[in-house]
Amino acid sequence: MQSKTHVTATINSEEVEFLCEPRQSLLEVLRETLGLMGAKEGCNNGNCGACSVILDGRLVNSCLVLAVEIQGRNLTTIEGIATPEGLHPLQQKFIEHAALQCGYCTPGFIVASKALLDQNPEPSEHEVRAWLAGNLCRCTGYDRIVKAVLDAADTPL
Amino acid sequence: MQSFDYEAPQGISEVIQLLAGKNGGARILAGGTDLLVQLREGRRNARLVIDVKNIPELTQITFDPKNGLRIGAATSCSQICSDPNVSEHFPGLVDAIHLIGGVQIQNRASVGGNLCNASPAADAIPALIVHEAVCHITGLNGTRTLPVEEFCVAPGKNALESGEFLTSISIPTTKERFGAGYLRFIPRNEMDIAVVGAGASVVLDSDRKRFVSARIALGAVAPTPLLASDAGAFLAGKAVTRENVKEAARMAQAVAKPITDLRGTAEHRKHLCAVLVERALDKAIERAGGHYAE
Repeated sequence: MQSKTHVTATINSEEVEFLCEPRQSLLEVLRETLGLMGAKEGCNNGNCGACSVILDGRLVNSCLVLAVEIQGRNLTTIEGIATPEGLHPLQQKFIEHAALQCGYCTPGFIVASKALLDQNPEPSEHEVRAWLAGNLCRCTGYDRIVKAVLDAADTPL
Repeated sequence: MQSFDYEAPQGISEVIQLLAGKNGGARILAGGTDLLVQLREGRRNARLVIDVKNIPELTQITFDPKNGLRIGAATSCSQICSDPNVSEHFPGLVDAIHLIGGVQIQNRASVGGNLCNASPAADAIPALIVHEAVCHITGLNGTRTLPVEEFCVAPGKNALESGEFLTSISIPTTKERFGAGYLRFIPRNEMDIAVVGAGASVVLDSDRKRFVSARIALGAVAPTPLLASDAGAFLAGKAVTRENVKEAARMAQAVAKPITDLRGTAEHRKHLCAVLVERALDKAIERAGGHYAE
């Protein structure tokens, strides 16, 4: 049995400590150790984006990050997007535009879209589509997702 | 995933010691977009993973007009593409690096990793070759350099000896009236692996009507990315005409030895070589401020 490493990180604005093996992905630890089940395992090889999280302000696939790598760093997952006051505009607009069917890819799309709007509050349709190229959805055909993101960008926080 | 130890040293000398201590059982981790997938699928093995992202020299980009550009081997694609010196002086490099995966991959994947992974279809490598990039390698026996076109030796195999690792990639300052471009063919808009990739660079003479020199490189048409040296040499001293560019593209096509696989047939790839090299040269000529003779 591999000895475990102690990791401290800020996850969704809270200081979190956990033990993990070096071989464990961040996705695995989020879901199985920390009980944060929002990030999904789709492909587990960096193609589908269902496990997207924001690490120190940068959008990454949590399946391609080792959990030990987040020592001392700042992580936002889908669980950190809404506030006690209510849903994030992106979440609200995904509902209004029916931008999901099965919902499996949705946390990844919301997190990826938030990372986009954080750095580009008024993206063009092309910019939204290009940014979301690393997120796959097999239900919606993407149109409703793109419309929801563009609508959320027009909505004041 | 297989079990391994993890170290994240702060300096190059510690990496050398760690690599030597594991006698080939250690792997360097930069962005992990290839390595972690390969370890998970059992395509590569590691007893120790050495994360080099805490080492300043490996994650920095430096530029000065005299010595050119130096990119730390673990620098992420997005860091490179958003660097003002890179976009101003090396847009042909951005052409290629920007194509590596979507945003999530761009934020992790490194150019050093793209090189070390030694995929025949790696997008960064033909672009680096046409920029005359050089690999800086360190190990127990000191440091050495290797032109990028000699770094890949077979699919998935690079020229690093046991105990060595890639620390940075340097690119000489571009000459006046230099231009470069890279493009690839894929059957969709984003997030795919090149069916063929082509890079080209040119230096034009003072009235921008003749080539002083040119370099052409191809990806995904041979076991390693390919420098088409004869095709580049052909253009030296020639006028900037459509006919000459087409002939250089044909010469590059002739050295391509593509295979048929799920991404395309050998015949299709051959055809694409000529088309893409011509277009890459068009882009390079445009960026060098040149134009075709009537």
